[in-house]
Amino acid sequence: MDTLAKEFQMRTRIRGFIDHAATGLAVLSTLLVILPLVAIFVYLLIKGARSVNLDFFTQIPKPVGEAGGGMANAIIGSATLLGVASLIGIPVGIGGGVYLAEYGRGTKLANAIRFTADVLNGVPSIVVGIAAYALIVMPQGHFSALAGGVALAIMMVPTICRTSEEMLHMVPHSVREAALGLGVPSWRSVLSITLKTASPGIITGCMLAFARVAGETAPLLFTALGNEFWSTSLNEPIAALPLQIYVYAISPYDDWHRLAWAGALVLIVLIVLAVSLVRYVTSRGVLKGAS
Amino acid sequence: MGVGIEVANLNAWYGTNHTLQDISLNIPANRATALIGPSGCGKSTFVRCLNRMHETNPVARVTGVVRIGDVDIYTDTTPVEIRRRVGMVFQRPNPFPTMSIYDNVAAGLKLNGYSNRRHLDEIVEKSLKNSALWDEVKDDLKKKSGASLSGGQQQRLCIARALAVDPEVLLMDEPASALDPVSTSKIEDLIFQLKSQYTIVIVTHNMQQAARVAEKTGFFLNGRMVEFDSTHKIFTNPSDKRTEDYITGRFG
Repeated sequence: MDTLAKEFQMRTRIRGFIDHAATGLAVLSTLLVILPLVAIFVYLLIKGARSVNLDFFTQIPKPVGEAGGGMANAIIGSATLLGVASLIGIPVGIGGGVYLAEYGRGTKLANAIRFTADVLNGVPSIVVGIAAYALIVMPQGHFSALAGGVALAIMMVPTICRTSEEMLHMVPHSVREAALGLGVPSWRSVLSITLKTASPGIITGCMLAFARVAGETAPLLFTALGNEFWSTSLNEPIAALPLQIYVYAISPYDDWHRLAWAGALVLIVLIVLAVSLVRYVTSRGVLKGAS
Repeated sequence: MGVGIEVANLNAWYGTNHTLQDISLNIPANRATALIGPSGCGKSTFVRCLNRMHETNPVARVTGVVRIGDVDIYTDTTPVEIRRRVGMVFQRPNPFPTMSIYDNVAAGLKLNGYSNRRHLDEIVEKSLKNSALWDEVKDDLKKKSGASLSGGQQQRLCIARALAVDPEVLLMDEPASALDPVSTSKIEDLIFQLKSQYTIVIVTHNMQQAARVAEKTGFFLNGRMVEFDSTHKIFTNPSDKRTEDYITGRFG
């Protein structure tokens, strides 16, 4: 009896140790995940914060040799490009996800779409840029904001499509049955019940895709091209923060380097703000106890 | 008001699996009819054939005639239309998780484009009263999600949701099997009250439940209906040996 009790005590101690070790590992991993983000952010603050001033948000770039200037046109340009990309990419992506999850289960077409989306997700972004160049820039004969937006949209679609599908799969079958059992037509059930139930996850997917393409440079190089001046027209080349950062960062001028750092800082802050805003807006009106 | 259901030579297959074989019976209007039998005997499939819910499964196939009132549900109407006349309550409570209590009850009407606010308010109140849930939820109708209620309350919410579209028939597929005894007895009381206004078909594993709430009882076994008679007769003097074996607990 005594040895049994001792052994039991021993095991309890070992279990306690393993438990602590596992928790410790999890905490360590979390820190490792957060570390790069914090490091980048702190480094950007050190390098770029000094150059962020009112001019940065109100002025367009000055010619080489003149001091000052800002990236107002690039900020507006990025917003325009992302707006176009979201307008195209989000509906197409969610629509594709709905097809995969609700209508195409097990069909060959659905499997083909799923495979294509996964491959597209892995295609280098510069290749997407070339595709948009061939699709829009070549026929039109000039670079344009539209072409840039389409390139970004192509990059958003696979992420949104696959996350939407996964999120719709997670909606219990019983919820669909409940809607159909009430005599609700199936299109209405998909729109008002299934999609709505899955919406928090789908919104997260959209935000991930948005944040990812917001920082893309390569697909814009020969679509949106960049622009040193004001432009809001979809039919003309437009400036974008990542492009401007790229151009400034590889330039030989110190004050342009400083502006590039500032641009990177502003880009990150704007992405965080945009994502937080969407989360805030969509989290209002959630009911007590809704899972 | 409820209507009667006539079923003639109903056969159902899931893929190659012949799950219902030559079922014929008449379910009386404004009564509760219980269907009993061991798991997998086809009771659930049978009730799903009464509002064409089996069609949500692409491999399901049905032959035979089901008339509800004077409508042949397979030839005269659409699944959407018949499901408005034949409400369904499922085994597990399945309120819409993103909707408030109010919206859950109003869902059937709202999703079909009905939007007269005052009338909706009345229907929601009436349905919740009919499902004996009104007093427990009237203060948080629009504040709380349907999913925040207890299991028993959720099931009564689902009954209210089914009643709100004013069906003539209410199908209940083991409505109390996921609930505790107190909630179960509330659901049974409810069935007792509701059957004056609706035709109720209830699938149950609980034979006492069948005996308590139903006027008629059908015994299903291996996809066939062995016996269909008054509940009293089934439980006291069944004509078929297999029915007797089942209700006395000798198998199943």
